[in-house]
Parts: sequence; C-alpha cells; structure tokens
Amino acid sequence: MNFDFSEDQKFLGDQARKYLSEQCTTAEVRKVLNDDGMACHESLWNGIAEMGWLGTAIPEEYGGLGLGMLELCVLAEEIGRALAPVPFSSTVYMLAEALKLGGSEAQKQALLPEIAAGKVIGAYASSEGPGAPDLSALKTTFDGSKLNGTKIPVLDGDIATHALVTAAENGGVSLVLVDLNQAGVKRTVVKTLDPTRSHAELEFTDVAGERIGEAGQASPLIDKLMDRAAVLIAFEQTGGADRAVEMATDYAKSRYAFGRPIGGYQAIKHKLADGWVKNQVARSNAYYGAWALSTDADELPEAAAAARVAASEAFWFASKENIQTHGGMGFTWEVDCHLFYRRAKLLAVQVGSPKIWKEKLISALENKAAA
Amino acid sequence: MDFNDTPEEAAFRAEARAFLKANLPEKKQAGGRERGEEFLKRAKAWQKTKAQGGFAQITWPKAVGGRGGTPMQQVIWNQEESSFAAPTGPFQIGLGMCIPTVIAFGSDEHKKRYVPKALIGEEIWCQLFSEPAAGSDVAGLKTRAVRDGDDWVINGQKVWTTGAQFSDYGILLTRTDPSVPKHKGLTMFIVNMKDPGVEVRPIHQASGGREFNEVYFTDVRIPDSDRLGEVGAGWKVALVTLMNERLAVGGSPGPDYDEIMKFGTEMGLMSDQAFREKLADWYIQAQGYKLTKFRTQTALSRGDTPGPENSIGKILTANQLQDICNSGIELQDHYGLINDEELAPMKAIFQSSFMWAPGLRIAGGTDEILKNIIAERVLGLPQDVRVDKDIAFDQMKSG
Repeated sequence: MNFDFSEDQKFLGDQARKYLSEQCTTAEVRKVLNDDGMACHESLWNGIAEMGWLGTAIPEEYGGLGLGMLELCVLAEEIGRALAPVPFSSTVYMLAEALKLGGSEAQKQALLPEIAAGKVIGAYASSEGPGAPDLSALKTTFDGSKLNGTKIPVLDGDIATHALVTAAENGGVSLVLVDLNQAGVKRTVVKTLDPTRSHAELEFTDVAGERIGEAGQASPLIDKLMDRAAVLIAFEQTGGADRAVEMATDYAKSRYAFGRPIGGYQAIKHKLADGWVKNQVARSNAYYGAWALSTDADELPEAAAAARVAASEAFWFASKENIQTHGGMGFTWEVDCHLFYRRAKLLAVQVGSPKIWKEKLISALENKAAA
Repeated sequence: MDFNDTPEEAAFRAEARAFLKANLPEKKQAGGRERGEEFLKRAKAWQKTKAQGGFAQITWPKAVGGRGGTPMQQVIWNQEESSFAAPTGPFQIGLGMCIPTVIAFGSDEHKKRYVPKALIGEEIWCQLFSEPAAGSDVAGLKTRAVRDGDDWVINGQKVWTTGAQFSDYGILLTRTDPSVPKHKGLTMFIVNMKDPGVEVRPIHQASGGREFNEVYFTDVRIPDSDRLGEVGAGWKVALVTLMNERLAVGGSPGPDYDEIMKFGTEMGLMSDQAFREKLADWYIQAQGYKLTKFRTQTALSRGDTPGPENSIGKILTANQLQDICNSGIELQDHYGLINDEELAPMKAIFQSSFMWAPGLRIAGGTDEILKNIIAERVLGLPQDVRVDKDIAFDQMKSG
C-alpha cells in the first residue's frame, strides 16, 4: 500500500508552502480584493513562473519541468491554501492540459513553452448564462474558421492571452482555441463574489480560432479535461478547507467568552471536529483522484467526481463555520474569514456545481455496474 | 502512488492466504451477527488453529506467543481472514484489550498463567468497566473493592459487558478509595467470571436481541495477587486498555451504498433525482472511510506512525449506516416496516441494521466523545469543564 505522496513530492509541497506564506500573505491577496484595477497579483505570478510551477506537468521537450500530475496536485493544494490571486488554474489545469490532451503538435509547440515561461495566460469560456451550459445546445458557434457568440462569466477572461471556447459546430460541440488579442474580441469586466480572481464577459464577433480536437466531436475531450481539472481544483479546495479549520481553531483557543476560551465549549469543539472529519473525507477522495489522474485510470470519472463533491462540501462547511466561530469579528471586512468564504464558492462552481458532479458520479457508477 | 503490496507484504499475504485456504471455507455471503454455543465451539477451534499456525496476534512479541510481526502484517491478515468464513469475534476484546493490559501490568505469574490460554482460544476474557451511572464518564464508576486481609471484597454492578456470558476471566475496574477525586481512587483486578458471587444477566436491547450483559458482583473475593497495577492507579491501567480499544474499533457492519444502489436499481428508483444525489453522498462517505484506511495503512507500510485520521471511522460509518437503513426502509413505503426476513427485501438487512445503528453510535465511544477526542487531541482545543476534578468522589453529585 502506497497511497500517499512521495517524500520528494511532499518536499515540493513544503517548499511551495514556505514560498507562498512569504509572498502570498492575505495582505497580498487583499491588494487584489481592494483594488478594482488589479485583476491579479502580477509579481506573485511572475514569481510562480520563475519557480517553474507553470511547467510542472509540461514535458521537457515543450519547455516544462517534465514532472507528473502528482506534483501538480501538491502545488494545487498550496495554491488553494494560500488563496493565491493568480490565473494558475485557467492557465495550467485548463489551457495546458487541453493542449496536452488534444492539441496538435503545432499547437503544443507554439503554446506550451510560452505557458511554462509565464508569457501566456489561459481562460476557459463555456458559461453563457444562469445554469450549467448545455454543450449540445450552445449559442456560441464556430464554422471552422470564425467564432461568434458571448461567454459569461469567464474566469481570468480579462487578463488571458488565449481562451478555450466551447462552441456549437456541425450539431456537436467544438473546443476552440482563440488568441484574445485580435479585433472582434470584446472584453468587459464582470463583478463577482470573489474579486480576488477576476472575471469577464467575452464577446466574439467573427473571431479567428482553431479547434483542439475534431469538429463537433469535442465532448469526450471536454469531459476528460473537466475530470482532470476537477481533481486539481479539489486539491485547491482541500488546502483552503484545511486552513479555514486551522484559522477557526486558533481563534477558538484565544477568544474568551463566559470566562474561558470558546474552543472549550462543545458547540464549538464538535463543529470544528466535524470540519476536520469532512476535510479528511475530502483529502482521501482527492488522493484517489490524484492516483486516477496520474495513472490515467479507468476510474477517473468517479474518482474525480467524488473528489470534487467532497472537497466542495468540505470547503463550504469550513469557510462558513470559520465565520461563525469568529462571531461578529468574522463578519468584518478586516478579518480574513470572508476571503475563504468567497474563494470556496468560486471553486465550488468553477467547473460545474456539486449537483452536476453528483450526477456525473452516479452515471459513472451506473456505467460501471452495467459493464 | 499505488495500492500494491511491497514484495515482503505480498509474500506474507500469499502465506496467509495459503494458510486460510487450507483451513477454512470461502465466505459465501456477508457475515451476520452470529452467536450461540455451536458458533463458540467453532470459534475456539479456529483460534487454536490460527495460534498454532503463528497467525494469532501478529504484532505481539514472540516472547508472549505472538509472531513478532509488523502492524501492516496484521492489517493484511485481517483483510485476508475477512474474505473467508472465519468464526472470529469472541476473542477480540480479550486479545485486543484485556490481555495487552495483563501483559503491561501483570506479574510474570499472570503472564504465564493467562496469556497462552487466551491465545489458543481456551479461555475467553471480557472487559468490566461501564456501569449504569458511568458510561462516557467511566471514571465515575461505583463498584467497590474493599481490602480484607489478603483479599479484596467486590460489590457492585457492571453493564454492557460484551461476551460476559461465555467469558472465563475479566479485567475489572473498581473503586478502592471514595475519599479522593474520582480518577485517583480506582484499582484494576483480574476476576474469575466463574466465581459464585458473579452473576451475569443478559440485557434486553432496544434491537430486541440479548447480546450484551449486566454483571453483578456480590461479595466476590479477589486475592491481592490478582491486582493489575498499584492500588489507586486503576485509571492509568484502564487508559492502556482503552487505547487498545480505539485501535480495534473500526467500521459498522451493515448495508452500504452498494447495497442500497442495488436495491434502488431493483426498485426502479435510478431515475429519482433525490435518490441519486443521496447515493452520491453515500458513495463519497464510504470512499472517504475506505481511502482514509489506505492512508493509515500506507503509514504502517512505510514504518511510520499513522496520523489521527483513522479516528473518523466510527463517526462516519455508524451515522451513514443509520441514514442508509432509514432511506432503505422509506423507499419501501409502508411495506418497509416489515422486518420478517422471509418477506422483507434483501433479507431485511435495512430493517435489522436500522435497529442496531443507534447502538453503534454509542458503543466504543459515543459520537460526542469521539468528537471531543478529535477536538482535544487532534485540534488541541481545551478540555471540557470538569467540575468534579478536585472533589472527593463521595462528595460528588451523581444521578
């Protein structure tokens, strides 16, 4: 039994935590929160690029470090823990992974080295309005050369250099790679619950793009991309959830009420114990997802779905009860609780809400039972 | 990351499997809560075979009859044994909790007298701690031991004693000094369960069965030589026993997500969105429990001390079992009330575990005590207020 990360991988995680605890304090996160003109933390992004994190799972022949997905999982946990206000998931889990999964040789050669170097920022554009996007009935269209339509909200859409856009083509769905620095692309910043990660509306009018994968046949590719992203985001959520429980625990030890620390009362103790238990469930499911991701196992769909749902619920619980444990202080702008509450919600809906993933999970189990 | 054995583990697994195959039939269906004379006889015979094969108490040192093996080998043995129709159970408390306490605190005489016979299944042990007024707060127990010459005289009552009806010996926690605070006046003894002053009465449980017992002590004489640990040091001795309990308590036997998914499929419920969402939750919890055990086993396999994560086991599984049984019954509508195995679907597994589940949330540490343990020992939060901490036991309020 070897169901854990290796010593080297844990060392990478420790180094990342140390780096982020210095470079990505909540004071730094707040700079992005408080400044509408700041879409992300540029110096942190540059630092992360210099550390080589963006190319962690990009093969060496394309300018990456050539490490594996397990190393990327370890980094994802630290990014989530630190609430890093950078377009890491959009660029790495979405753009780089889509290119690795379905990109042509030319596309890979053109973009992967640029991603690893921090020169390209990605975005994944699928949502077109309230409700989960129905990939079989998208309003955005692609005709083989021109893209038309509107996507909202697009995470990191205002700072991305390239977007992956889902679009209707030949009665199916295509995944279209678009250079956003061209005429016909209109970007409008959109306000969201988590201003530490910027969002935009993207309007495309006769915009040039090229497919990743086949025309109208991208559905399996998108499913796989989502499964892989779900595992990585589950690590971000697990990191955030752990830190929220730690924060609440620390506060409960030092805050006195009725003559003793509030952490001595069972109403608080049991709540925090519940949070810790949920975090273990999330972590164990995320590890299983990491195993499935790193070995490209047949179990990836159910492993990814279980990791995503468990981690979404753990971070939700931890972030809301962190505020509750802090009492009135927890409801002030100055105390950091709301940063976790905001991020927890972003990560829970970013690649589909838990409801969608519960459905994916049961479908995967049904397919397995029928096979 | 993988789920494979190391070469050494694989070799041990093969050896264990070969031994099991040579000595036991394969399991045909999930084991029930088997009881009775016939079962006990088979269990004793199997324990003897196991001990002679060198597979009883794998982690114990060879000097006390164990294998001198690793915790991971014990895990592997348990996994393999559970896939055969092995009559285990009656020795779990004795070998898991009582005998380790005897080894830790008993005299050489005790070890020579008791350990080998327990190991080969000839003598069965029970643990006599809980009392009607001392459950989660077990140090509040009232059973008295009064010194009389070379003996101690015991009077009082224990409750929820598993296996007392077929036990030969027990470890008995008593109050020897009521004039000091509760933790300081306790002393542990070895008691002969066949003594005429020991009366075992089955408890009629809410589930309808009578598997647990009350044990009454009336002027039972125990020689001072059968004391475990110092007079007044009983709490320290009990903590060793309870530490072993936490290692032993694991999952909750009964239907899980796969059984209710199978049932839901048969009932044509797989198009019911609410049922699908609940199923997803159950799968995630079940995986959370299973995979967390894998993390613990990984630590053992690497020779590390496992973290506290395994303590989530009983809280998760007992509550999930209760929830699944509740849904399994409601899915059958009014018919779900029927608990006749001949009439109820799936041999009434939902109905029978429905009545067991409340007990599983209480036995071996209630949900509340387990949450306190996580909060205090893992998260480092302050202990509950203990107003009786410095008060002499005989001055304490109780009820």
